[in-house]
Amino acid sequence: MRYLPKSPTDRAEMLRTIGVGSIDDLFAPIPAEYRLQRDLNIPRQMAESEIVDWFQQRARENGEGYTTFLGAGAYNHYRPVIIDALVSRGEFLTAYTPYQAEISQGTLQAIFEFQSMICELTGMEVANASMYDGSTAAAEAIMMAVRVTGRSSAVVARSVHPEYQQVIKTYATHQGLPLSTVNFAENGRVDRAALEHSITSDTACVLIQSPNFFGTIEDVSAIADLVHSKGALLIVSIAEAISLGIVKPPSDADIVAMEAQSFGVPLGFGGPYCGVLATRDKFVRQLPGRLAGQTTDKQGNRGFVLTLATREQHIRREKATSNICTNQALVALMANIFMTVYGRVGLRELAKQNLAKAAYAADHFSKEAKVLFAGAPRFHEFVVQTTEDPSVLNSRLLGHKIVGGFPLKRFYPELGNAALWCCTELTSRSAIDTVCGLLSEYEESAKTNEPRMQEVAQ
Amino acid sequence: MSITKATRHISQNEGLIFEKSSPGKAAWKLPPLDVPEVDAEKLLGSSVRNDLGEMPEVSEIEIIRHFTRLSTWNYAIDLGMYPLGSCTMKYNPRVNEVVVRLDRLANAHPYAPEKISQGALRILRVLSDALIEITGMDAITLQPAAGAQGEMTGLLMVRAYHESKGNARKKILIPDSAHGTNPATAAMVDYAVENLKSNEQGMVDPAALAAQMNDDVAALMLTNPNTLGVFEHEIAKIADILHAKGGLLYMDGANMNALVGKARPGDFGVDVMHLNLHKTFSTPHGGGGPGSGPVACKQILEPFLPSPVVITKPDGTLGFEYDRPQSVGRVRAFYGNFGMFVRALAYIMANGPDGLRQTTEDAVLNANYIRKELTGTFDLPYSTPSMHEVVFSDKLQGKNGIKTMDLAKRLIDYGFHPYTTAFPLIVPGALMIEPTESESKEELDLFVEAMKSIAREAENEPQTILDAPHNTRISRLDETAAARKPVLRWKRPS
Amino acid sequence: MAYPADRKYTKEHEWVMADGGSASIGITHYAQESLGDIVFVDLPKVGSEITAGKMFGSVESVKAVSDLYAPASGTVTAVNDSLATTPEAVNKDAHGSWMLKITLKDAGEVSALLSAADYEKFVAEEAGK
Repeated sequence: MRYLPKSPTDRAEMLRTIGVGSIDDLFAPIPAEYRLQRDLNIPRQMAESEIVDWFQQRARENGEGYTTFLGAGAYNHYRPVIIDALVSRGEFLTAYTPYQAEISQGTLQAIFEFQSMICELTGMEVANASMYDGSTAAAEAIMMAVRVTGRSSAVVARSVHPEYQQVIKTYATHQGLPLSTVNFAENGRVDRAALEHSITSDTACVLIQSPNFFGTIEDVSAIADLVHSKGALLIVSIAEAISLGIVKPPSDADIVAMEAQSFGVPLGFGGPYCGVLATRDKFVRQLPGRLAGQTTDKQGNRGFVLTLATREQHIRREKATSNICTNQALVALMANIFMTVYGRVGLRELAKQNLAKAAYAADHFSKEAKVLFAGAPRFHEFVVQTTEDPSVLNSRLLGHKIVGGFPLKRFYPELGNAALWCCTELTSRSAIDTVCGLLSEYEESAKTNEPRMQEVAQ
Repeated sequence: MSITKATRHISQNEGLIFEKSSPGKAAWKLPPLDVPEVDAEKLLGSSVRNDLGEMPEVSEIEIIRHFTRLSTWNYAIDLGMYPLGSCTMKYNPRVNEVVVRLDRLANAHPYAPEKISQGALRILRVLSDALIEITGMDAITLQPAAGAQGEMTGLLMVRAYHESKGNARKKILIPDSAHGTNPATAAMVDYAVENLKSNEQGMVDPAALAAQMNDDVAALMLTNPNTLGVFEHEIAKIADILHAKGGLLYMDGANMNALVGKARPGDFGVDVMHLNLHKTFSTPHGGGGPGSGPVACKQILEPFLPSPVVITKPDGTLGFEYDRPQSVGRVRAFYGNFGMFVRALAYIMANGPDGLRQTTEDAVLNANYIRKELTGTFDLPYSTPSMHEVVFSDKLQGKNGIKTMDLAKRLIDYGFHPYTTAFPLIVPGALMIEPTESESKEELDLFVEAMKSIAREAENEPQTILDAPHNTRISRLDETAAARKPVLRWKRPS
Repeated sequence: MAYPADRKYTKEHEWVMADGGSASIGITHYAQESLGDIVFVDLPKVGSEITAGKMFGSVESVKAVSDLYAPASGTVTAVNDSLATTPEAVNKDAHGSWMLKITLKDAGEVSALLSAADYEKFVAEEAGK
């Protein structure tokens, strides 16, 4: 086996040193009846070339040359090549959690920079080193709000990513944490009147997403005023991190629960991504996850350590803020490098391109179909209602090598034939125009559908 | 002292990225916009953002140098032995990194139609089948993002199972040698934690378990081999005691590296368990993550698996099934850390059944070799046979005020990453050493030599150890100051 | 270490000094010494109730958390806010660093606790273990 650095002689010599006759003697503590006496029934040992070949075949089965209009919590952005060049360095890739600070300063300083940039972008005062993803960050944020306020229920906007809502439900179910939902208004934003009614004296927090699942930007300040007037905390979930380049940061929130996938993390069929929690200094002791802090060594040199660890499971065990241990460190490093590449000016310009593409698409689509929620600003996603069922439309588009928007019927049946479309800087004008043409083709034929069917019958 | 492995090298100073920033520098260039420009202020109104504060402005070469210099301050498996007990720091094969970056795997959208996701679905299926076979279980979910989330998923399934029988039960038994995540997880799913005291061999005592077992106990969470690296040889009896009273056996698979290809938890009575792909199956730790914590279970628990699951459709293609009424729900968005699945499967394929078995045998051989060579030099609190890791204590070195962490810091000077210190909690001053199969005899001999040399220093020149490390870029950091007045982000000096 | 005789002690290493119907509470020199450098003290709010023998807060060092148990029942009337910014005061002078002041529910609870001499004996046994 090519990963194993021992010759048969080495093994024999080591067994002799240990003082046993065979390797099986070392497995004697496992009762004989439970020792596997056969080969595992798994693929045989393969050469490196065969492995590459096998995965290339799988890659081919995933289809080639498609233009996508999918977003919905996983965004197709360009990834600068230096990201992979740097995260592939063994010193980052093959290091453990930086508990031994003296030989982990690279990881620790990078985390500190990551935390700092997330604070800059979100308007928060402190950010952690990462959570699993945006959905679990949102769930953990709610549990954190419960600890901070001493209250025990939460209100979640229906315009939060539906899968985030499902994860929140899973986490909350056994925490004695009743959840209620608040609907969206005509313009796609949170229904503020309904929200006001749903907050009680036991509401620990309200969780909204902005831009929300429909791509609509919420009026965070107004919602914050409302939520705070009732003594609850406001959690803002952000699924599209690039929006922070052009959309006002949710500085009035108490906790920001973010998904940083858009910052240079590959789509990768849904993971690994990079959740982050950011909050106010005063809540830091209730913040779950690792934190890197600045300090000095004996000679007065600046250095970084994991700090405030008493919040965590390896010390506080069942009383910890969360059970999280492994996080998304290497993915956070990707996001870190991405933020550094685009920086203060680039991130804004990048966000602006996303805005422009979506504005162009929404404008042109609206000539062929109904674009919902026009009454509020949006970032780079929008909901399109068609005469044709979106799944039928999508199979038609697929024939033209286009992956259409995400059908919403499963989660929002009241929106009818609606789908969520996304444009990023990588969406070309010609692809948008092609979709418009195909949309109009159907709408035209729908009008003349009956006569045509008769023609076919004849 | 004789340090043969490590020597000093050039260490570049490097400030924070913010300190290199100045207006007008850039590492980005966007293509010309092919649609009309927009007026952001007009489109977004009061929601527009005009300033990104202190975000850095630097050039590409500066970014490359910045992160490359930072990287040289890290120790890594690629540099040498990383014997962190319980963490399984094994070689991370490079072919894994190549296949995961194949264009149509790396750029596959999770909501892409199933018709053009067959390759990704096939990877989920083949890995699932392999892990089911390796664990001897009946079904699996790959969704959990890491071991701790796997534990949560497993306990949610335990709870759902008991609820389906009419009584969710109240508590989880956890041995005192367990990882901190176990009790933290039990608390997250609203189970009370009841401590189970280890016996003199550092194992679960079946008699004590029988005494504590009753209808309120939902499950026992057991790590096997346990955190002392000892196989719980009464495991079948333990399972029987639980099952007789309707309880379930949860296995923390953190130490699966001692079992793969040699024994299967499903065969010795385990009902549900998680795996750590970032430990046993070679996916990189990446400085703390990402991990992946699949949960495998017996048939009785299958209906409760998180949604969705991969199914074969009538036309023979693969797809996701969402309609699972008894499911515990979803534990994260999408399907799990797919990138880790690709890597783990590539590892399994590179090994095959014979390679995986040899891997396990070498891991156990290495741990026992270290144990043999260092027994006597260091105190061995439990003489029970070791599997893949060995736990010593600092008792013999303690007389000069030297603790396990001091010995660990000195090990850095010798060119090794420290072992796990002060865990498991049942061994005061623990040195928990897990070499994994990735170490050659030469590297092990250097390690043994270093540990013996440090033990001699503890006798003759304790101050050298107390002041260690000596050869690193920085010396021991003031953790107290960091915790008292936390500085958790950079701010422009005023 | 001489333990001041002007107060009473618990086996959980808290001290309590009664003054009529009220009392101040802190942790002992032995407690601070075994914890090491204290980095954070978590205390209840003014107005909250604490119950003898029950947890009311915690003290943290870099790598450990110790729960604080109430030596007597009562209502919190004052909290030593300076410990939020200078927790090291407890290390420097544990017996001079009160954490809470309470109005006692039952002064008898205090008199039943360990005297300085008994506590010193108890600590000697603990340390010898």
